[in-house]
Amino acid sequence: MPILSYLVLPEAGAKEQLCTDLSTMEGCEIIPSDNEEVVVLVTDTPDEKTEETLQKSLKNLPSLQSLSMTFGHSAE
Amino acid sequence: MNTTRRSFIKIAAASSALAAAGSIFPGISFAEWKKQEGASGKINWHKAPCRFCGTGCGVLVGMSGDRAVAVKGDPNCSVNKGLCCVKGFHSVQALYGKDRIKKAQIRRNGKMVEVPISEALDVIAAKMKETIKKHGKDSVAMYGSGQWTIPDGYVASKLFKGCLGTNNVEANARLCMASAVTGFMTSFGIDEPMGCYEDIEEADVMITWGNNMAEMHPVLFSRMLASRKRKNNVTIIDFATRTTRTSQAADKSILFKPNTDLAVANAICYEIIRNDWVNWDFVNKHTSFHKGKTNIGYGTEDHFKFKDKPEDISFEEYKTFLEDYTPEKVERISGVSARDIKYMASLYGDPAKKVTSFWCMGMNQHVRGTWINNLVYNIHLLTGKISTPGNSPFSLTGQPSACGTVREVGTLTHKLPHGVVMKEKDRKMAAEIWDVPLSNIDPKPTYHTVEMFRALDRGDIRFMWIQVTNPMITMPKLKRYRDGCLKEGRFIVVSDVYPTPTTDVADVILPASMWVEQEGLYGNSERRTQHFDRIVPGPGDTMSDTWQIIEVARRLGFEKQFPWGEDEYIGKIWEEYRRFHDNPKHNMAPYKVLKERSGVQWPFVNGKETRWRFNSKYDPACKKGTDFDFYGKKDGKAWIWARPYEPAAESPDQEYNFWLNTGRVIEHWHTGSMTRRIPVLHNAMPESYVEMNPDDAADMGVANGEKVKIISRRGEITMKASINGRGVPPRGMVFVPFFDESYKINEVTLDAFCPISKQPDYKKCAVRLEKA
Ligand code: SF4
Repeated sequence: MPILSYLVLPEAGAKEQLCTDLSTMEGCEIIPSDNEEVVVLVTDTPDEKTEETLQKSLKNLPSLQSLSMTFGHSAE
Repeated sequence: MNTTRRSFIKIAAASSALAAAGSIFPGISFAEWKKQEGASGKINWHKAPCRFCGTGCGVLVGMSGDRAVAVKGDPNCSVNKGLCCVKGFHSVQALYGKDRIKKAQIRRNGKMVEVPISEALDVIAAKMKETIKKHGKDSVAMYGSGQWTIPDGYVASKLFKGCLGTNNVEANARLCMASAVTGFMTSFGIDEPMGCYEDIEEADVMITWGNNMAEMHPVLFSRMLASRKRKNNVTIIDFATRTTRTSQAADKSILFKPNTDLAVANAICYEIIRNDWVNWDFVNKHTSFHKGKTNIGYGTEDHFKFKDKPEDISFEEYKTFLEDYTPEKVERISGVSARDIKYMASLYGDPAKKVTSFWCMGMNQHVRGTWINNLVYNIHLLTGKISTPGNSPFSLTGQPSACGTVREVGTLTHKLPHGVVMKEKDRKMAAEIWDVPLSNIDPKPTYHTVEMFRALDRGDIRFMWIQVTNPMITMPKLKRYRDGCLKEGRFIVVSDVYPTPTTDVADVILPASMWVEQEGLYGNSERRTQHFDRIVPGPGDTMSDTWQIIEVARRLGFEKQFPWGEDEYIGKIWEEYRRFHDNPKHNMAPYKVLKERSGVQWPFVNGKETRWRFNSKYDPACKKGTDFDFYGKKDGKAWIWARPYEPAAESPDQEYNFWLNTGRVIEHWHTGSMTRRIPVLHNAMPESYVEMNPDDAADMGVANGEKVKIISRRGEITMKASINGRGVPPRGMVFVPFFDESYKINEVTLDAFCPISKQPDYKKCAVRLEKA
């Protein structure tokens, strides 16, 4: 049951779009910064496989420029 | 996993990302998070200082039942104002590693077997008695740590120096802070920084001297970047021997050849005088000029002895001394252009600019560590830029209580909680407070750390108790000292939380409480004492290091000196210790005040903390009617020292043609015994590496990630190359972090030290490289 967090940078001018995209994805919770072009993303998925699929979909989001992981927890 | 625990972990995950964002984008805000956090309300938060560096950030540890599940920065702590770095945010996970030491172990027939802790304590006491009887009191030793809590160090000193009568007490802070101490003592006659972290927001210019603060003091570095962003006229200069994350974020990066910071500091002073940027009013009233011995050696031989002989000199003599250090001459020695030297001098010399200098291991782990500390003080003294907000020569510490425990309690061979063993007045005070006969306290210091391990190797020391540190990774020229521990007739006790190469050489292992599993106090870089409660129950038979010492002391017959109960001992010890510093120069806050606040700075006088020492506006210990009073020295003055440039103990030559520099990385705390058990930190930095200059790598045909053998006169090690990674050394130098026990870089380093401070130089020795 992995829980991960990321710093997500949007493509130029696409922060709002990115927030919309991420909020609609299963297992994703976001905390957008109110003064910088950065979004914190916390993902919570039932198993490793779902996590991998989610990561793939994240990487394919056109509004997303880069993703860097800051926390990883795989629950017992 | 239950829902509550899951939501806690999500909070921890979010906190971690917010911390990372905070260090990359200073001043970033997340209004949305505050709402969520406030709404969660499910965690009980308890204050503590972070245990993973000397910055001393206040953290709040989030508890779910009796498990610590999250950490956030304490907004009430002035050190970090709610910020944390990646180590701090994940710190509680270090409590729960799978291989935590939970039971005592004793070596029987070559094998470690688990025993009840009381049995292990009996064995330790019996072995100490037997060793003292056979080989004398100076055959037993205690080796502690800047991660000891203040009570840990205090009871160790009381037992060994006061009760057993041996000065065989040392701590690993000898390896990190000793030159800072001797620097303070020789320049000011009293230890620890005059300024405080508020200097960061006040300064117009900040110069880091061999100090990669972006990785080693990340929260302070965030404060520097935030101040630059807010004020728009702040300049950050990184003066170092290799390019790091600090250089990348600085406004200017200036590289110097190893050990030549001595020459550059002198050249800056030369320029300050030549341009008449001297603050004459300050210099005439508050400084005096001195010189000491030169060609002072490197301590690589056993029984090395050195005593400096200070002599007064005039300003004119000092000025003549500096003629060897014109910027043009120093350019040839240091590789720093005369233009850059003049630029740095102009920043220090500009009366309109407030300048703070920061340093840590680069200047302290230096064969002339005391001298380079003196020389940077000289710059601040000549310009009068000291002891006022924003004008600060600021010596940072590496460990959470190197200041609090080692420097203030005095857990070094020559020290007492107040003063030194050599002075009768100080011995008398200790004997009275400790309730031991004066004759118990030996007036002669015994061994500093390197010499203590040499004595163990030679057989002069037979018993050593090691707490909260991992010398079998950190001692320079490691092989000799490991072999020494393993010799016949040596008995090693190790108190620790995880298995390490040091527990590998132990005859007895004691399971220690870690951090918030015990009540304790730390003291950080800015004279701030920080109390923490026991927040988390420790696993198995774990016991605080303080209580382990008390248990052994009682078994040795010192019940009278260690009378406290288990529910009160920390408070009682603190109040006893505080008596040593009962004066306006060092008064410490009462236990009750410390329990309530997120740290209190000393001197704490009439209920007030002292922010800037030696300045009568802020420091009640100053003489009435003076502006500044450097009361540490008998002449009431700060000392400006003529100290020359001298080379490193070992420099590259034909055969060993590279400098080896060693240090740390942001993800790991020291030898990694705790942080490598935190999955996110371990995954971020899973193994050590050797940083190479890209041109050197190309010459050798080494690609990134390929293996390189590093060979010195002491030993060799093979590891992967990192080329154009987070740090880039100049041509002719390699850099290796020491956090990874699979790659013990100290097999290669040299045990040369500063003859005054006895602190080894881990930044400079000669190696050659081979493609492996
Ligand atoms: S900067 Fe140091 S004290 Fe602060 S959170 Fe990081 S490791 Fe802990």
